[in-house]
Amino acid sequence: MLNLPSPRAEVLDRRQQIARDLRALLGRDDLLITSANELKGYETDGLACYRTVPMLAVLAEDTAQVAAVLRYCHDNEVPVMARGAGTSLAGGALPQQDTVVLGLSKMNEILEVCAENQTARVQAGVTNRNISTAVDDLGLFYAPDPSSQIACTIGGNVAMNSGGAHCLKYGVTTNHILGVTFVTMEGAVVEIGGEAFDLPGYDLLGLIVGAEGQLGVVTEVTVRLMPKPEAARPLLAGFDSALDAGACVAAIMATGRTPVAIEFMDRPAILACERFTGAGYPTDAQALLIIEVEGSEAEIEIELAFVEAMAREHGATSISVAEDIVSAENIWKGRKSAFGAIGQISPDYLCMDGTIPVTKLPDVLEQIYAIGDRYGFEIANIFHAGDGNMHPLIMYDSHQPGVLDRVEDCGAEILCVCVEAGGCITGEHGVGIEKRDHMPLMFSPEDLEQMKALKRGFDPKWLLNGGKVFPLTETGIPAGQIDPTQGLH
Amino acid sequence: MQTFFKDGVERDPATQRSEAIFRSCVHCGLCTGTCPTYQLLGDELDSPRGRIYLLKDMLENDRKPTKDVVEHLDRCLSCLACTTTCPSGVDYMHLIDHGRQVIERDYQRPLPERLYRSFLARVLPRPGLFRWLLRLAPLGAWMRPVLPKALKAALALSPDRLPAPAGTDRPGVHAPAQMNAGGTRGRVALFPGCAQQVLEPEINASTIRLLTRLGYEVEVLAASCCGALTHHMGKATQAEATATQMIDTVLNAHDRAPLDALVITASGCGTTVKDYGAMFQDHPAMKARAKQVAGLAQDITELVTPTDLEASKHQDAMLEGMQVTYHSACSMQHGQKITTAPKTLLRALGAQVREPAEGHLCCGSAGTYNLLQPEIAGQLRDRKLRNIARTEPSLIATGNIGCMKQLEKGVEVPLVHTVQLLDWATGGPRPHQLDGR
Repeated sequence: MLNLPSPRAEVLDRRQQIARDLRALLGRDDLLITSANELKGYETDGLACYRTVPMLAVLAEDTAQVAAVLRYCHDNEVPVMARGAGTSLAGGALPQQDTVVLGLSKMNEILEVCAENQTARVQAGVTNRNISTAVDDLGLFYAPDPSSQIACTIGGNVAMNSGGAHCLKYGVTTNHILGVTFVTMEGAVVEIGGEAFDLPGYDLLGLIVGAEGQLGVVTEVTVRLMPKPEAARPLLAGFDSALDAGACVAAIMATGRTPVAIEFMDRPAILACERFTGAGYPTDAQALLIIEVEGSEAEIEIELAFVEAMAREHGATSISVAEDIVSAENIWKGRKSAFGAIGQISPDYLCMDGTIPVTKLPDVLEQIYAIGDRYGFEIANIFHAGDGNMHPLIMYDSHQPGVLDRVEDCGAEILCVCVEAGGCITGEHGVGIEKRDHMPLMFSPEDLEQMKALKRGFDPKWLLNGGKVFPLTETGIPAGQIDPTQGLH
Repeated sequence: MQTFFKDGVERDPATQRSEAIFRSCVHCGLCTGTCPTYQLLGDELDSPRGRIYLLKDMLENDRKPTKDVVEHLDRCLSCLACTTTCPSGVDYMHLIDHGRQVIERDYQRPLPERLYRSFLARVLPRPGLFRWLLRLAPLGAWMRPVLPKALKAALALSPDRLPAPAGTDRPGVHAPAQMNAGGTRGRVALFPGCAQQVLEPEINASTIRLLTRLGYEVEVLAASCCGALTHHMGKATQAEATATQMIDTVLNAHDRAPLDALVITASGCGTTVKDYGAMFQDHPAMKARAKQVAGLAQDITELVTPTDLEASKHQDAMLEGMQVTYHSACSMQHGQKITTAPKTLLRALGAQVREPAEGHLCCGSAGTYNLLQPEIAGQLRDRKLRNIARTEPSLIATGNIGCMKQLEKGVEVPLVHTVQLLDWATGGPRPHQLDGR
């Protein structure tokens, strides 16, 4: 169990006053949540094993309110955490006891769509999928597609630099963000980027995307839209062993003919997802690859033939191609619901997010299974195989005493394997709370100090989204935070 | 998800079942993406996941419902879009049902609210009383300025024109119009429904004409209400009493001559009747009977097949090429998971069937929801109407009386029940909603 920073007692003591001030600031009652019952609903996100009831929650309706709340929190030294839909698997939206949750889920409007320039300006609380839905008629879509896309917000995607199945071809969030409205901790509203790629000056956008809500709060986003492909078709290839499937992925990627998506599922995942969608996954296979190709009919034919030949060469035991749009949608629905579907076979899971070089897939998979066996946990593997982004899900029952510690140890060993293989601890979910203490696996103290110095530049009082990303000091205070009584930790 | 029920504390069966449901939720949040109230309000607590959390906390701590919890649970439409979305298979329907029952049992609502709720629970399931009160509605229009908000909403929904009661809603047996060599196609029971028979008697009349035309014997039952309305208000005792009556009536008819199906023409009722087994799971004497009736229940669009229709299609081919936008009621698509049958039938009759964008979102009707939460219901209606308008329909079809009443005042094009179209295209009268078009 990770340590959470101890709440600042002097902040908690001012709770009533802070609530009064925020209410006055917002000018109304219904945007401020103060009751214990209701605050409980904001105590966790997609990483439900960590829970802390926040001090207060504000549901902002516009940028001005966000700026006002941040300015107030800055001036009065109140910790604050931005929250989108609360789907983070890394605890990115886990509050602390002394925190004001700043919810952006009411800010869910598509502000402007420019079909000619293929851009859209949206509020941060718009869900990823709703952007694509809004521009579907124009033949456009927003490419990064995290599996939680029906629920997760673009603001959260920016914070975590989210990926998704189709990022193999299209790239991740940072490749699709043109500009943001960014509110600093002091409450200044700053426009960063614009409507075109690569503006002059420092690449501040590159800094903001993936900053995990540590530097400021994004309230509006200008995204790049892409023309929808003429057609797309997923192929299902079943294998007798996860290792064969892994080898097949590495071989396909080595040819340089990159499909739009290569997704991997092992047997537990196949069974859970098939039960939910009935998409026609091969339930007798030990491993499944979903490989999607897109383009004109002619291109699709050629690429499918290539993929099929590669799969057969690597021992595929079954191959089927989606017959129509409905069956293709079902195949993706199954894949994108995979984590949730694991809920049908296990009451709890911890989802890892390590990445590895694709060539190491078979080897790393073998090690993951061995680690799981050693700890006595079943592990379901569902991941973006094409870009080596693993998602081993360690299944457990939270009602077993002390189980979480063992699960986390098991997860830590898996991440070590990923790092040793030349990968990293997080591909797309972010560090959050979950991988905070694993940061030293990858970064030297000097590296971490540079990052902290950057954070202090934006958030000198260390008030934004505390307790995450950087390992805590021995006294339980985020390292790098300036304690007014003791100076720099 | 972990639960924190206290060890050694005796829990009733309903709470034990709810605990198992909490355990199946992994808190992934996908349900928020398709929840209508979360789309509108953007508050975690007005999402399925938030409500699950509120309920969990309340039950774990054996706490009485408080005003804030009740407010968020009341805002739930019970549309069940979340259960369609949920990959973990969380049985949200029974969870929210349980929550509503606990609220009804343990929470004292303010007096006006209490009176209004019991007024609705008394009137709506009684066709005679409901009809009589609707006749007084124009009088109410005079008093509009002084009426409380909720009653204003009720008045706004009352029909401009009240149809005369249909003779076909009286109990009795309708013989098949044609006899096959092997006898009838089957024998089915039809319960005329409560509010539906008052507001749109043509639905049952069409059903009887269609089914007898296809060779079915149709027995119209003496029971009117299935208990869904009161069930969704958490009034368990009242709902069970009504449902018991329904079950007895159906099984009496079944004893007289075996039934092949209990035909349902309001999907809201269908969801509840098909779930009778769960409603009576703690009643040993009723359990098996309830399950039997649930097993007989079929939506009209499940009973009728495309082959049936093609064989009986009228030569004038009324629906050929017609742009029909199909609005799938939540109780149809999420409650009963009937997603393709109605569209397949309409297509078999030549209609060009379209569906509105955001088809998974509720129109705001949701049983008595539009009477109890008029503001949210109104926003959902407007959103639904905008999406429907974009499909440029010449006709809108749906399978639930609640949706029909919720949407009809806001649309220019005729809005009909699916069965009216099936009847018309196989030789029945032109739906009256098309009059003057």
